[in-house]
Amino acid sequence: MKKELGIFILLVVLCIIVSIKNPNFLLAINLQNLARQIGAFGIFSIGLGLVIITGGIELSVGSMMALLGVFMSMMLTEWGVGVVPAILLCILVSMVLSLTHGLLITRLNMQPFIVTLCGLLFYRGLARFITNDETKGFGTVAGLDFLRYVANGNLFGIPMPFVLLILIALVTWVLLHRSVYGRYLFATGRNAEAARYAGINTKRIITAAYVVAGALTAISGIIIAFYTNSVSPANHGNAYELYGIAAAVLGGCSLRGGEGSIVGILIGTALLQVLRNLVNLLGIPSSLDFAVMGAVILIGVMADQILTERRNRRQVTQMRSATKS
Amino acid sequence: MENKTPILELLNISKRFPGVIALNDVTLTVDTGEIVALIGENGAGKSTLMKILGGAISCDSGTVKIEGQTAEIKSPREASALGIEFIHQELSVLDNLDVAANIFLRREPTKAGPLKLIDRPRLYRDADALLAKLGLDLPSRTPLSRLSLAQQQLVEIARAISTGARIIIMDEPTSSLSLTETNRLLEIVKDLKAHNVSIIYISHRLHEVEEIADRAVVLRDGRNAGELARNEINRDRMVRMMVGRDLKELFTTANGNGLKGKHPDWFAVETLRTQRYPNHAVSFNVARGEVLGIAGLVGSGRSEMARTIFGVDEAIEAKIKLNGETLKFATPRDAINHGVYLVPEDRRSCGLVVDFNVRENISLPNLESYSTAKIISTAKETTAALSAVKSINIKTPSPEMRAANLSGGNQQKVVLARWLTFSPKVIIFDEPTRGIDVGAKAEIYALIRKLASEGVSVIVISSEMEEVLGISDRIAVMHEGRITGFLDRSQFSEEAVMHLATGAAG
Repeated sequence: MKKELGIFILLVVLCIIVSIKNPNFLLAINLQNLARQIGAFGIFSIGLGLVIITGGIELSVGSMMALLGVFMSMMLTEWGVGVVPAILLCILVSMVLSLTHGLLITRLNMQPFIVTLCGLLFYRGLARFITNDETKGFGTVAGLDFLRYVANGNLFGIPMPFVLLILIALVTWVLLHRSVYGRYLFATGRNAEAARYAGINTKRIITAAYVVAGALTAISGIIIAFYTNSVSPANHGNAYELYGIAAAVLGGCSLRGGEGSIVGILIGTALLQVLRNLVNLLGIPSSLDFAVMGAVILIGVMADQILTERRNRRQVTQMRSATKS
Repeated sequence: MENKTPILELLNISKRFPGVIALNDVTLTVDTGEIVALIGENGAGKSTLMKILGGAISCDSGTVKIEGQTAEIKSPREASALGIEFIHQELSVLDNLDVAANIFLRREPTKAGPLKLIDRPRLYRDADALLAKLGLDLPSRTPLSRLSLAQQQLVEIARAISTGARIIIMDEPTSSLSLTETNRLLEIVKDLKAHNVSIIYISHRLHEVEEIADRAVVLRDGRNAGELARNEINRDRMVRMMVGRDLKELFTTANGNGLKGKHPDWFAVETLRTQRYPNHAVSFNVARGEVLGIAGLVGSGRSEMARTIFGVDEAIEAKIKLNGETLKFATPRDAINHGVYLVPEDRRSCGLVVDFNVRENISLPNLESYSTAKIISTAKETTAALSAVKSINIKTPSPEMRAANLSGGNQQKVVLARWLTFSPKVIIFDEPTRGIDVGAKAEIYALIRKLASEGVSVIVISSEMEEVLGISDRIAVMHEGRITGFLDRSQFSEEAVMHLATGAAG
């Protein structure tokens, strides 16, 4: 938990500063809105975090969301697919495409960056092609109340996407931090060779991480599609993978692999959304939006790096004194 | 040798780390053209002392003198300017460049002009001249990646010499070299001495020290533990000074008769062809309770054989039987499930996840047995780790210590501990004591013997002659992918092993 503490303090400090400067931050409607966005972004960020822990990367998230969004819309409004089959198909397509990424990476030893960069380009193009570059919506089709509720509704005042995020976070927390799979994932990310010598099927572990990330991307994708209520194939989800990567890295995931935590990713996601909110509330020109985010991520990761090194030094010292005595 | 001022004097050096005195009033002097062996167990302060000399860290008190002049060495670059060069245990050559580029790195000859383009003809000419002078038969345009470890090490030495170094510090230079390569290196060291270069030679391999050192300086627990002149240097004296007591015999006497007769071909490798030597089939048996040593030069295919048996490398052909049952190992998991384990050559990159702590490393291959419904019980892991720490004497303040912070010997024990939590049938050790100090070596040997006495078939791959002769009940010698002969204990001798290792038919 120590590792997440620093970034958590940064989050709290930012919240306090914003609420002092603009008390509207604490309005229920603002907080709800914030929580909704944290929910929608947090779910796929967890998936990305798992991939990053393997030492990989997944760049196709935003394009995948555009593809899944128009796919969802066409299934529901044009092809007359039922709601439940549509949701399942959407998740299935995403998992199959992610499985392909995983297999290309583990069986053909291709670099994750290249494979998923091609995915980023390919899915975006595909989304634009099948829609003739036209924006898709969900119109007035009946029976979509459930999906609209999941994206826009509240449960006891808590936005549904946030509720879903918490549930998914609990499951993935157990998976990552308490299960055999999670330990294998960390071992593989730290040192795939040593993991293999310990009898771990590293290819399967890595592929599984991409597939889980695919499923979580689909869930986020459906929520975001119904939240925006229209999907423009050329822009929908643009650069979302970068939000996910930033959240994971802010939360302590190392791009070298083998490091990270669910709690960290959640805090990282929250921090990013608070930053976006802050830009609005403090009247910072929205053109500076990305610059603010970039600066805060840099500071956060830098501080974390310095603290980690200090901690490692302390452990070495402790080791020295323990063996000498 | 009229000039009596030593070229290097480290006088009364002390260095304190928080909570530890790493060096306490240590003195070391080196004369021009002298080979001084610096020996001591891991943690005795050798590397701290050399780091101070190299300018990587500063000392709390004490003086460094070069040719009688007090020198303040604040960075590796300043050390280099004073003519002090290091050959480290881990090679620091760049294997994406060629030989010449490595030798003249940061000192490339350049053409005139503002762009400072590299003068390539001169670079290769100078490199070739230098290599010829050292008697190295290497074209300077060879990419480093095409050279063996030993050749890469020689390139590093060539680089040190090309800077005009007067003092060269070699830290375990032979730890990854084969016997012939080691001899080659020792020749070069003697040749350097003849050219008035001074050498500080750090090694755990005491017979090398016996062979080349003019003087041996022993450190123990951060203090000078004594010095031996050329005519006093012998193994027993050095060991006694290093450990501060008489070491009982390093090797528990091999006892090959116990269970051997009962199951002579318990573990039978009937045919094995590896990717490295696809045309050469290897076959051998190991009895229950037998230690089979595998000797040979580096590159003779021993490690490849071990990895292929364990399922890390894919076999071209493999027919392996354990207790009569035919085994098919496609992955390490298959081997592990049948009780066949490998303690790999490279601890830090293959044996352990060094960023994991001791507990996590020990439980890793056996994780299912510490978990219920795939959820790990940390308590069960800790219990197992604590009992392993105690039973094989792993020196760590707690099972939560990162493996990276342990010494080589203790890391090796952690690798071993993970297999001991199963019930091993066959264990393959690949260079089990590389870079491990004398005390820990003895413990590893005792553990190997204990395993054998419990009925485990043990295979020990070793490039250390003393080790392979000391630990084995029987030795198989390999040369270029084939087993050139087996030696029984009565036939054991350095000459017999060398004879087979260099390719003579058995």
